[in-house]
Amino acid sequence: MMGEPVRTPSGRTLDELTIEAVLAGELTAEDFSISGDTLRRQADVAEAAGYRQLAENLRRAAELTRISNQEVLDIYNALRPGRTTYGQLIELADRLENDLDAPLNAAFVREAAEVYLERTIVKP
Amino acid sequence: MRSKRFEKLADRPVNRETFIKPWPEVGLVAMGSPLDPSPSLKIEDGVVVELDGVPRGEFDLIDHFIARHALNLDVAGRAMNTDSREIARMLVDINVPRATILELASGCTPAKLVDVVQQMNVLEMMMGLAKMRARRTPANQAHVTNRKENPALLAADAAEAALRGFAEIETTVGVTRYAPLNALAILVGSQTGRGGVLTQCAVEESTNLRLGFKGLTSYSETLSVYGTEDTFVDGDDTPWSKAFLGAAYASRGVKTRTTSGTGAAALMGHSEGKSMLYLEARCLLVTRGVGSQGTQNGSISCIALPESLPGGVRAVLAENLIATMLGLEVASGNDALASHSEMRKSAKLMLQFIPGTDFVTSGYGAIPRYDNMFGGGNFDVTELDDWYVLQRDMQVDGGIVPVREADVLRVRERAARAIQAVFDGLGFPPITDAEIGAAVTAYNSADMPDRDKVADIEAAQGLLDGPLTAIEIVKPLKEAGFHDVAANILEMQRQRVIGDYLQPSAIFGDHFQVLSALTDPNDYQGPGTGCRVEGDRWSVLQDLPQAWDPRIYLENLGVSRREAWLEEIGPARRGDQPEVVVAVGPAFGVEIGRTIGGLDHRDVLSAILQGVQEEGVPARVVRVCHTSDCAFIGHAGAQLSGSGVAIGVQSKGTTVIHRRDLAPLENLELFPQAPNLDLDTYRQIGCNAARYAIGKPTAPVPVKIDNTARLRLIVQTTLMHLRETQQVERDRVPTEIRVLREEVV
Repeated sequence: MMGEPVRTPSGRTLDELTIEAVLAGELTAEDFSISGDTLRRQADVAEAAGYRQLAENLRRAAELTRISNQEVLDIYNALRPGRTTYGQLIELADRLENDLDAPLNAAFVREAAEVYLERTIVKP
Repeated sequence: MRSKRFEKLADRPVNRETFIKPWPEVGLVAMGSPLDPSPSLKIEDGVVVELDGVPRGEFDLIDHFIARHALNLDVAGRAMNTDSREIARMLVDINVPRATILELASGCTPAKLVDVVQQMNVLEMMMGLAKMRARRTPANQAHVTNRKENPALLAADAAEAALRGFAEIETTVGVTRYAPLNALAILVGSQTGRGGVLTQCAVEESTNLRLGFKGLTSYSETLSVYGTEDTFVDGDDTPWSKAFLGAAYASRGVKTRTTSGTGAAALMGHSEGKSMLYLEARCLLVTRGVGSQGTQNGSISCIALPESLPGGVRAVLAENLIATMLGLEVASGNDALASHSEMRKSAKLMLQFIPGTDFVTSGYGAIPRYDNMFGGGNFDVTELDDWYVLQRDMQVDGGIVPVREADVLRVRERAARAIQAVFDGLGFPPITDAEIGAAVTAYNSADMPDRDKVADIEAAQGLLDGPLTAIEIVKPLKEAGFHDVAANILEMQRQRVIGDYLQPSAIFGDHFQVLSALTDPNDYQGPGTGCRVEGDRWSVLQDLPQAWDPRIYLENLGVSRREAWLEEIGPARRGDQPEVVVAVGPAFGVEIGRTIGGLDHRDVLSAILQGVQEEGVPARVVRVCHTSDCAFIGHAGAQLSGSGVAIGVQSKGTTVIHRRDLAPLENLELFPQAPNLDLDTYRQIGCNAARYAIGKPTAPVPVKIDNTARLRLIVQTTLMHLRETQQVERDRVPTEIRVLREEVV
């Protein structure tokens, strides 16, 4: 990928991700995570090549980089059929929007809530 | 009354399979159910209000999702108004580039896509697949599992699969709790065999996701999608939950593809009377809509269901083709057992193998079927050589390369030792040297010692729940001297930071270069374009370890270093007494020392002469120099024989009994299958020739018939005949031969 150097969420460049640094205990798993910015740039690359839906997926992913593993798992489970009431899905969307800085995912969950309600697969 | 032939037919492997007549109302129809909708798309103010005959008010989950996410509405009008046959023709027209079709297909509804591919026969679909495949370079994926979940064996098998060139390796578990250790073992093994192999562990989604979070896996193809709402809900997901899951994997730098295939909805009882292909087209639009870079399709584990129906295999090829039209990476099935019949299984494979797909199989058993925890698998480690030969026969790249046994043993041992070092370093239950020794040479897990399962599961649980990640295995590898493996595992983690392999159809080449639809786009547009097997790649694919150099074979044929046992004593005279002439070929006993059946020429000649002698008839040996043809050798001998009867013997052992008055290509008896002749047969040939010489009634010598002899030995036949023909001297007359060896008469 061209352009600015890739940085990890911890702000390191690829050049810093060396085996010596790992052996010295200077790097942790956090330093080997993909950053939201990198995902957004990959999204732009995908979109320019004609892969619009993949780009949208990568932009949603970019927002999820800031959310903990457990919370990501919880949101996934909330979106599975019959797990959640309509109101809980809207609350989740609001939280994604307001607390987790994830507007794309918020819109996505809101859309799911409307369709789930219409198709009666929300928890009563 | 039963025909014995029909009884044989009934016993054939193909008849262990089930064949049924279509029953469209329950979805038991491969393509073209009467309940399949006609293509339609209505858009009002940028909103889809009708999709394939269903008005918005009646949309189910899938219709809603496709309408909102999967269609490119800018081109939909043009796409839907283009005649389906015209699009089908564009697919096989080499002058229409892939990009043109990708754009048009992005505006097609599921029914429209089906309508397009229904216009095509399998050959046309294969041409379409060759052009529409996303990545120019085809690849292949391996299954690596074992019943004992033995980590040393998993690592060794993964290393071997990586060495063989598989671009992705997936494992799974018998017992779910082993998942972290199995993922770890194939990660270490694969990176020992070849850096850059992508790995996954197929388990339930939340565990799967956690393995990905830890960097123990780099891709996931467990995201099933379905073609009807009821199936989707029964699968405990919706298109939105699957899309979220896809984004979750991507957010941790994990490549994903969805899984779907013809037959799943019918199997789950929710087909709505739609054809398998139509429902799969809906799955593929969902796949595109969720933003997956690709799909694992081609019926997958349901393959026997479409295969029970007319046109089922064509429908499976059609679903691969539709996926490529949507720009998706395709791991094209051929993973689950597709037939009891080798012929049927191989023929079905050719539909993907010849055009090439991103992954020709979505799981080739790189282990014995006994150990394949993905339901046994379609292909097996013992069939690898068949695959290599098919690649070499057709000059086709099926994604893997031939290997040497010594190299395999070396990487297996290194991988087993590497995982031993990791287990030691992390304080997991030790892997013993006995396990390593067994893993290096094992056929299957029955060859492996048992491990302490309780301790392993405890370690696995600790790995999953604790803070350890792939980064922590770098250190023990490095400290134990596995510098390259440590470097490869670290590089896999660095690539995760870069994320280039999240783009469509991405794999890593031999030096961690990303080959994807973006960096290695398929540019096939007819002869001379696209992926062509030539140059270095062709050299590698044709270099089978079992292929030998025919020049060396020729060098080893002769008897030059042995003591001479035949002496030429001058031009052969024409006899005038009852006798049998034994006429041998130009190379007999000198440049060639044995028949193709391995019989020493001295013994052959001895047996023939003994047979002649048993009938009380004298014999003479001559060498025919002017021809290497068996009939002409015999015919030339007959012209010299006092009785008019001669035996002609080619050096490869083919023999004829000839008589002077017959035309050259006639004979009294011919023994064309030299590999089946033994010394007693040669003796009987001598007897019969003698009886003909003195006019006794004679029954032909009985011979064994083995119709595979030509198949097995045609190369050796060619080479021996070449050597004999090289000795021909056109102008030289036959020479009298004296046999020097005492034990020969």
